[in-house]
Amino acid sequence: MPKEYRTIREVAGPLMMISDVEDVKYDELGEIELPDGETRRCKVLEVDGSNALVQLFDSAAGINLADSKVRFLGRSMELPVSSDMLSRVFDGLGNPIDGGPALIPEKRLDVNGTPMNPAARNYPQEFIQTGISAIDGLNTLVRGQKLPIFSASGLPHAQLAAQIARQATVRGKDEQFAVVFAAMGITFEESDYFIQSFKETGAIDRTVMFVNLANDPAIERIATPKMALTAAEYLAFDLGMHVLVIMTDITNYADALREVSAARKEVPGRRGYPGYMYTDLATLYERAGRLRGKDGSITLIPILTMPEDDKTHPIPDLTGYITEGQIILSRELYRKSVTPPIDVLPSLSRLKDKGIGPDRTREDHAATMNQLFAAYARGKDARELMVILGEAALTDMDKKYAEFAEAFEKEYVSQGYDANRSIEETLDIGWQLLAILPRSELKRIKDDMLDKYYPKKD
Amino acid sequence: MKTGIITKVAGPLVIAEGMRDANMFDVVRVSEQRLIGEIIEMHGDRASIQVYEETSGLGPGETVTSTGAPLSVELGPGLIGAIYDGIQRPLDEIMKVAGTNLKRGVDVPALNHNKKWHFKPAAKVGDKLIAGDVLGTVQETAAVLHKILVPNKVDGKIVKISEGDFTLDEPVAVIKTEKGNREIKMFTTWPVRAGRPYKKKLSPDILLTTGQRPIDTLFPLAKGGVAAVPGPFGSGKTVVQHQLAKWAAADIIVYIGCGERGNEMTDVLNEFPELKDPRTGNSLMERTVLIANTSDMPVAAREASIYTGITIAEYFRDMGYTVALMADSTSRWAEALREMSGRLEEMPGEEGYPAYLGSRLAQFYERAGRVLVNGTKDTEGALSVIGAVSPPGGDISEPVSQATLRIVKVFWGLDASLAYKRHFPAINWLTSYSLYTDQLTQWFSENAAPDFMALRGRLMALLQDESELQEIVNLVGMDALSAPDRLKLESARSIREDYLHQNAFDPTDTYTSLPKQVLMMRAILSFYDKALDALQKGANIELLVNMPVRERIGRFKYEPEEKVAGEFESIEVQLDSEIADVLERSDD
Repeated sequence: MPKEYRTIREVAGPLMMISDVEDVKYDELGEIELPDGETRRCKVLEVDGSNALVQLFDSAAGINLADSKVRFLGRSMELPVSSDMLSRVFDGLGNPIDGGPALIPEKRLDVNGTPMNPAARNYPQEFIQTGISAIDGLNTLVRGQKLPIFSASGLPHAQLAAQIARQATVRGKDEQFAVVFAAMGITFEESDYFIQSFKETGAIDRTVMFVNLANDPAIERIATPKMALTAAEYLAFDLGMHVLVIMTDITNYADALREVSAARKEVPGRRGYPGYMYTDLATLYERAGRLRGKDGSITLIPILTMPEDDKTHPIPDLTGYITEGQIILSRELYRKSVTPPIDVLPSLSRLKDKGIGPDRTREDHAATMNQLFAAYARGKDARELMVILGEAALTDMDKKYAEFAEAFEKEYVSQGYDANRSIEETLDIGWQLLAILPRSELKRIKDDMLDKYYPKKD
Repeated sequence: MKTGIITKVAGPLVIAEGMRDANMFDVVRVSEQRLIGEIIEMHGDRASIQVYEETSGLGPGETVTSTGAPLSVELGPGLIGAIYDGIQRPLDEIMKVAGTNLKRGVDVPALNHNKKWHFKPAAKVGDKLIAGDVLGTVQETAAVLHKILVPNKVDGKIVKISEGDFTLDEPVAVIKTEKGNREIKMFTTWPVRAGRPYKKKLSPDILLTTGQRPIDTLFPLAKGGVAAVPGPFGSGKTVVQHQLAKWAAADIIVYIGCGERGNEMTDVLNEFPELKDPRTGNSLMERTVLIANTSDMPVAAREASIYTGITIAEYFRDMGYTVALMADSTSRWAEALREMSGRLEEMPGEEGYPAYLGSRLAQFYERAGRVLVNGTKDTEGALSVIGAVSPPGGDISEPVSQATLRIVKVFWGLDASLAYKRHFPAINWLTSYSLYTDQLTQWFSENAAPDFMALRGRLMALLQDESELQEIVNLVGMDALSAPDRLKLESARSIREDYLHQNAFDPTDTYTSLPKQVLMMRAILSFYDKALDALQKGANIELLVNMPVRERIGRFKYEPEEKVAGEFESIEVQLDSEIADVLERSDD
């Protein structure tokens, strides 16, 4: 029986100080027992001599300095895992909340995980077909990648993420897959949207959900993504499944992190977020990947809402530096009813180059991708110029480019949330659009490809 | 043994009492798990220790033992092709011992002490040698001849030296010094925070060829020079660094992945063995040392990683080699510094960074240079450093970028708007600079083309004019421009699209030799000159800019190296005939 302490000295925000402790370790999990018998969890942030500073994972309401007891459990936070987790719903701390029976764990895993040895990683290069042209064609997702969606308040990131979860396949392979969904501080409606969408496709049987809603304690959110990723690691690397992890909303997670940091009176970095937020986010995102000698993989799609649509805000900024690209949603396109409103120019998939090409998608993929990007960029410029100076001021070529940009948004990007296009369809649409431009403008595509694919005009 | 007791644990920072006898910057072993740490502050009996491994589960009362030595690296045969973490633990060996994920307290020596290397003496018994002289050689890989040097502070006569197969622990020679006979082994250790000594620094006036057109032509880096690549995420910093690691004309590459993505290191590990060095034909991995401290690995080891890397780089420089070191990214290193500083409760400077950020960065970059290395002969070695900087939001007014810019001589500013247009490398030609151009002028005229700098100057001028003309176009439209200005715009576009845009993933375009760069510049400028001349003779501008030869100039970069001279001649011929044709049609 672990020792019980009745020496809580201080409770301030999410932090609590306990004195006269013995043998307490850094990062150890603790349990607080309230006078009425309720227990709450906490973890050790700092031990200094006989004082332990702990962080609560629950609200501090009802904690009484004199009558509450604290026990330290001699281990860090763990998640019981088993293959029965699929189709279950847990709260942000890993307790079942779907009314089902308690899990009979096959083992208990430390939620902090351990860093993957870079020498043991397998480079992600299996093309995942999401059926969405703006992603498959231009910002290709591969297995084991971490590709966030940068969204903003009021934009349809949930629809896009659900569409990816519904449609994503690796072609020609029939392998075990699973979805792990972590909700952090989102509304019931948004969470319910995902659940309904998983139910419709039957994916719910292969889904593990960790749900921390907007009215759940904010501090619990700090543990939620770690729970989800630990479950994902178990499914992927112990059971050999291909796991898609969707985490929403990282912005709420970062805010909870800031709350703890502020309570500790740490020197803040930008906008009050802690200086170690990069490292903290990295220890989440870097858990995606593939490992040598293991069958499974973790593909990670975190969703974050950019405050004020600002990409340079610390949360999207640090995320972009860690993840392997980003899919950015644009309010301007949304207003033009482009669905999904993916702004392809600032979007990026860093791993696309190894995931596309002759053996994986098609030989013309890389070249047409670059050409589409360059042409759309020029077309957008031309369109802006047209707004300022009027159509007459444009050269004939610029008019063609402006026409291309319009058509590109309408036909290539705006496909709706139900269309599931094969990669060949996506590439062919790309060629149809490029045919708006004369062949001599397509400098990024080599001649042999042009001969083969450039649509002949009658 | 100097053993103390832990009193406080806060993240990677551990405070221990009873450490009065330990020295500053000693390496310590923490708790029974023997985690590696380093003393970074002493207050009387209390030592503040940064621990290079995860500290979860540590608590007061556990022991701390000082090893009595500062953080050091092992230097000897076996470095090439290795992948190390921030404190030189071999990650591939750790994988064999501990599996796919990194566990704590794994102890594996940095170099393989069981492997036998063939040692060939380069000196004989009776020779008098001083520190830095070459004692013998080991053919470590097909590309790298590893020179075994007389260790620092040792000089005297060789009394014994023998050829044969030895492990690292067996002596290969004995030198009689004033303090008695000294056995020399093939490896040595060196504290990472101290620069290795050399005789003299030289002025950097030789180009470090990289095969990257915007870099070699517009913003060149000298051997022994320092460069910074700042840019927001997605602007291609890492691709630029990888390209330099692949194609820079260096004998040895040290690549430090400092707080970056794990998959990027895997990419290097997969790709480099397949790629061939354009100069020697050997695999690129056979000249590369990797230091990988990815962003999810312990933050204190990230702080150490760049010192580990540069010490290994200096070791090869001392053999007389040209070494290039890439650090991706120094911002993550600075953040590690900030995190430790915060835990030490130091007074912060700007944006929470410690006040000594600038001086630490300067000390690091100053270890680069072209030098005369130690030893009897005058041997030259060079160490160039290229540091990536990841400014938050791409705004380089932040402290790390600013402190870096105060030191480096070359600035390749990456631009997000270029990256969105998929213009790569996204080096902004208006904001970037190289302060080596003056020193390199002579080298270029002797080794590339006599008029190289003049060609470069014309490119820069056209690009500069373009940006001014573009402003006018944005205000009043293309029609307002005169025909010569239209031509100028078209030529500048050709410079951007046909010359500066370089596709790192195209097998031919990924590397461009200097002679090809010269011909490419000549082709573009010759179009401009001849077309301008034709304009004055009354040619029609529309016909000129739409000449079919321009498409050929655009595809010139995809021409293989051995065919470029012929292609250039033929482009010139076609250009002349098409211009004559245009003049004829314009007369109608």
